[in-house]
Amino acid sequence: MASLWEYANPVKFLRTSERVLPALWILSAACLAVGLIWGFFFTPDDFRQGSTVKIIYLHVPSALMAINAWIMMLVASLVWLVRRHHVSALAAKAAAPVGVTMTLIALGTGAIWGQPMWGTYWAWDPRLTSFLILFLFYLGYMALWAAIEDPDSAADLTSVLCLVGSVFALLSRYAVLFWNQGLHQGASLSLDKEENVADVFYLPLLVCIAGFVFLFFALVLYRTGTEIRVRRARALTLRAARGA
Amino acid sequence: MMPDLGKYADAVLSAYAVSIIFLIAIVAASLITGRKARAALESVEAQEDQNDAH
Amino acid sequence: MRALLSRDLKLAFRAGGGFGLGLAFFLIVTIMVPLSVGPQAELLSRIAPGVLWLGALLACLLSLDRLLALDWEDGTLDLLATAPVPLEGALSVKALAHWVTTGLPLVIAAPALGVLLSLPQPGYFWITISLALGTPALSVIGTFGAAITVGIKRGGLLLSLLVLPLYVPTLIFGAEVAQRGAAQQDVQTPLLMLAGITAGVAALMPFASATVLRMNLR
Repeated sequence: MASLWEYANPVKFLRTSERVLPALWILSAACLAVGLIWGFFFTPDDFRQGSTVKIIYLHVPSALMAINAWIMMLVASLVWLVRRHHVSALAAKAAAPVGVTMTLIALGTGAIWGQPMWGTYWAWDPRLTSFLILFLFYLGYMALWAAIEDPDSAADLTSVLCLVGSVFALLSRYAVLFWNQGLHQGASLSLDKEENVADVFYLPLLVCIAGFVFLFFALVLYRTGTEIRVRRARALTLRAARGA
Repeated sequence: MMPDLGKYADAVLSAYAVSIIFLIAIVAASLITGRKARAALESVEAQEDQNDAH
Repeated sequence: MRALLSRDLKLAFRAGGGFGLGLAFFLIVTIMVPLSVGPQAELLSRIAPGVLWLGALLACLLSLDRLLALDWEDGTLDLLATAPVPLEGALSVKALAHWVTTGLPLVIAAPALGVLLSLPQPGYFWITISLALGTPALSVIGTFGAAITVGIKRGGLLLSLLVLPLYVPTLIFGAEVAQRGAAQQDVQTPLLMLAGITAGVAALMPFASATVLRMNLR
């Protein structure tokens, strides 16, 4: 078996993240507080959407992070497959639950926003449907990690799954666009990020996005540290059991 | 203080509530498992040191 | 590789090989749908193309865990990995065998089951074509799922969770072809997409399948 624990990389990671984490937590809390309070209390209602426009400060950042979390997992998986840095594999594993949470927030706020706008809590709008499918991909990824005993095997298999999944997630995105557009003509139901968001909404939105980004990084760094510690404890226990 | 959310009050407030609950949940879960992992590692390493000392 | 193919086909057709189970499942699902949504012919004929696609897809899914499980258990997979035949080719052959024994029967059975669901007249041709084009993709994608979960005990449910999202594009375009065909609308776009996905998947996925199988065999 390979050397018990190439402590070099993970140690450095733990030390660096310990130093950086407090700042990240504070930054994310600050941005979230400022952004949400600003958006909730100090912005006007939208002409068409009324006060529901305030949901934008949660829906857009969470949707962005749901996708970005998966992209980060994809990159980390590639790094693992090519460079075999354990920290990378564990970072991908750590990011998944955060991505799931973001996806759920996006789905939940999307559905709640949909009720007054479309008259229904759920509509098979291409964007919401794509997020639902993304949720399934996250679940599969996490389930695979949980099902495999050997950490290196798990890292290998989940990395390939992430790669393959990414291709199919993209394919699904286009298929779903086709599937809904093709059936219903008429007004787009989706909440357009590209739609010209007026400045008065745009600035607090940016702050909220920043808050979510900082929170994502804080959570992933923290959780990766946890994974590293769990792995190290497991390795030590195994070694002790064998040596004894 | 509270802005007049009009007829959409339920929607807006529940959207905020749901989101904040989810955020608190992931942060709390992460912190809890993090603390447990830290403690577990420390006890295992303490065992190691004890065994090495013998 | 021909030897591999004939071996897998023979194994599947033998008693206990599971041939026919997929077909039976397809039939059962087709019967359950009217039982759950009601017998009105008008409703059934509207949903028939999609239901047939879903039934075929699920029937394919259920036969996947035996794709590699037996060979895993008796060590044949280790032999395959070290054989002169490239593992990618061997897995393509396995996918082909799966299609011949599972997908192809479904394609043939679909029109018959379409009768039960009041499938509109023009739909018969298109359900057959779309399933014929789409089920090979289901077999190839399924092989990837089987390869990734081959070492996991009782991995059947996990296999489904991993494979179903990968089936979404094929399902959407395949069902679209069947649906539009039944309504005598233009099927060109989804047909091309369906064929393209199957072709791409058949060409590229065996590499991914072989990669994860090698990881599992280590």
